[in-house]
Amino acid sequence: MSNTLPLLEVRNLRVEFPTRRGILTALDDVSFDIHPGEVLGVVGESGAGKSMTGAAIIGLLEPPGRIAGGSISLGGRRIDNLPAKEMRTVRGREIGAIFQDPLTTLNPLYTVGRQLVETMTTHLPLNPAEARRKAVEWLELVGIPAAAQRIDSYPHEFSGGMRQRVVIALALCAEPKLIVADEPTTALDVSIQAQVIALLKRLAREKGTAMMLVTHDMGVIAETADRVAVMYAGRIAEIGAVRQVVKHPAHPYTIGLMGSIPPISHRMPRLLQIEGAMPRLSSIPRGCAYNPRCPRVFDRCRQDRPDLLDAGDTRAACWLYDGADKDAAHAAAESGYTEVRRG
Amino acid sequence: MADDLMLRTEDVARHFDVSRPLIQRMIAREGRRTLRAVDGVSFDIPKGTTLSLVGESGCGKSTVARLVVGLYAPTRGRVVFDGRDLAEARSDAAQRRRMQMIFQDPYASLNPRWRVRDIIAEPIRAFGLTRSNAETVERVGQLLTQVGLAPADGQKFPHEFSGGQRQRISIARALSSNPEFLVCDEPTSALDVSVQAQILNLMKDLQARLGLTYLFISHNLAVVRQVSDRVGVMYLGRIVELAPAETLFTTPRHPYTRALMEAIPDLDMTGRQRIPVGGEVPSPITPPSGCPFHPRCALANDRCKAELPPMLPARGTPAAKVACHAVEEGRDGGPQAAVRVAERGGMLAAS
Ligand SMILES: Nc1ncnc2c1ncn2[C@@H]1O[C@H](COP(=O)(O)OP(=O)(O)OP(=O)(O)O)[C@@H](O)[C@H]1O
Ligand SMILES: Nc1ncnc2c1ncn2[C@@H]1O[C@H](COP(=O)(O)OP(=O)(O)O)[C@@H](O)[C@H]1O
Ligand code: SF4
Ligand code: SF4
Ligand SMILES: [Mg+2]
Ligand SMILES: [Mg+2]
Repeated sequence: MSNTLPLLEVRNLRVEFPTRRGILTALDDVSFDIHPGEVLGVVGESGAGKSMTGAAIIGLLEPPGRIAGGSISLGGRRIDNLPAKEMRTVRGREIGAIFQDPLTTLNPLYTVGRQLVETMTTHLPLNPAEARRKAVEWLELVGIPAAAQRIDSYPHEFSGGMRQRVVIALALCAEPKLIVADEPTTALDVSIQAQVIALLKRLAREKGTAMMLVTHDMGVIAETADRVAVMYAGRIAEIGAVRQVVKHPAHPYTIGLMGSIPPISHRMPRLLQIEGAMPRLSSIPRGCAYNPRCPRVFDRCRQDRPDLLDAGDTRAACWLYDGADKDAAHAAAESGYTEVRRG
Repeated sequence: MADDLMLRTEDVARHFDVSRPLIQRMIAREGRRTLRAVDGVSFDIPKGTTLSLVGESGCGKSTVARLVVGLYAPTRGRVVFDGRDLAEARSDAAQRRRMQMIFQDPYASLNPRWRVRDIIAEPIRAFGLTRSNAETVERVGQLLTQVGLAPADGQKFPHEFSGGQRQRISIARALSSNPEFLVCDEPTSALDVSVQAQILNLMKDLQARLGLTYLFISHNLAVVRQVSDRVGVMYLGRIVELAPAETLFTTPRHPYTRALMEAIPDLDMTGRQRIPVGGEVPSPITPPSGCPFHPRCALANDRCKAELPPMLPARGTPAAKVACHAVEEGRDGGPQAAVRVAERGGMLAAS
């Protein structure tokens, strides 16, 4: 995929919140690409900056949050500095958004059919009759039974899982090139979750849509994403191919995070645990933000902030990888924990 | 009943009246509507052990939790706490002290206007467990230390803590009356995995140290595998499979248990496809006839549509009780098929 041009390029993105007590930096120096047809998973603990990254891309940062540095380009065109009206067009036509709670996306006063038809006639050269025909097709595609009858139902007449499928239809119906999905399955039960994930994957593949999939659920990432970015305290701690990040994480934080997931395959006497908690934005430590919790911390980590470094198969923001011997660094990172999950 | 049982439920049910207002019902010519949130649940929890209940949203887990601590009165059946009828036990403060509940949402369950030390001391004061204020202060300090916080944290307010720390405070509060039985309703579902690991380790340590008995409620099978001695799988207000944890995970017998296991995402990246369970959970107001799982079950036949299957020891794995005609009739493929499901679901990988 690296021989195609990236669809989305995020470069050194910095997001700030002016508050009474000074400026909070919510995202700092975040860079990544997404290629056409590619699914980039974004994981991390709550407050790490996942949703903030998504909101910056779709131009829906909540004020007073603002992009204070860096750039976001879609298909080679800067979109981080567009006027609100132009950004609205980009948002419907080129970027589709899916949020955790389907009720925030759906208008409770309009039938789902009307919402689909309006989205399509706004962004595509279709007349209302054509759009309605396509709306039925979309509802069928996302697995709403008896779509032709259900099209005139209101959102509250659907179950949670079905509503999320309607939201997916709504995000995809204008055939955007990029989908930003923020915790799309978190509110759903496992049995329904699997249906929605399978649907998203199939549609991304069939339509060649690129996707940024934000979730804190590693299982969902493992089965859906091509690459994954792990966020910690407003920065990317590690980024790489999903298989490498899940099975052979390099960054001490990723190793701890993966290790703390309870395995389904056996009972452990104790789960691996990372001590402490992620720092608040107002008190991010100097140097590496993970240093107070890192079992491998050394002097340099408390002084200088590491950028993403070559960590063998992935890139990791960790000083252990500053040397040439990546395998030795890997072993050092893993040896910090007593119970490392092995693939 | 053996005196090593902490809790027993006997065919417990809780129904809710969800009828529309009378005038609307008259216009629409409809009758009363009853929602059967829990409809006949029986289990035992031996002292010092953990029974977990798993199931999807709305299957009645929290309602069972509330029945068990007496927040709801049963519509039918009864709850027996350490040999005494719960209703009777609840009227006695000395018995009430022995059971506490931990809730899912560490944000909503702590009074935001109280200092942490007062939140934790409240049950101590209510049950008159200490003789002096100094003793209470000391006890609160001990409790905070026990859950991995510092005595000085007692001065602070809940909003000054992270989600995981707040859940530690809820646990300290629940432990403050020296309970023997804790009902934990999704205690880690609102937490990040790294914080979840801290809380699960803490709960295990406390159980080992204090000999606690847990009723643990979760929708996450991997979490349940880590903490349980026995597991009950719930569907639409009923337990459909009840078995020792290892039996359940290595030989899942009920078609719904199997479906849940096959729907788990594959973190080990073996290339296994998860198999979505078709259809949706039906409404507990209008549950399907016969076996409530029949509209989603690949093994359903005419008998399943007509007749509610009773809980019976499963053929071939009698440690498990299962409510399924196919298992009883021997047309579920038996324990061999169960092992294959466990294998596909990644349940056997490293055991
Ligand atoms: N007080 C009530 N009045 C009416 N219906 C109720 C009440 N409490 C629960 N229910 C209904 O009873 C059923 C079981 O609810 P319960 O809260 O026990 O589910 P649960 O298994 O805990 O689900 P979750 O995983 O979402 O927490 C649901 O259909 C719910 O809507
Ligand atoms: N309106 C706001 N003002 C100040 N800080 C905010 C605001 N909204 C979010 N934040 C902070 O920005 C950080 C990143 O938040 P978010 O992107 O929502 O995290 P995630 O999605 O990873 O859980 C968090 O520390 C959060 O508290
Ligand atoms: S830079 Fe240092 S503190 Fe940060 S993760 Fe690497 S070893 Fe740990
Ligand atoms: S009783 Fe019938 S419908 Fe119910 S789970 Fe068993 S086979 Fe399926
Ligand atoms: Mg978020
Ligand atoms: Mg519940």
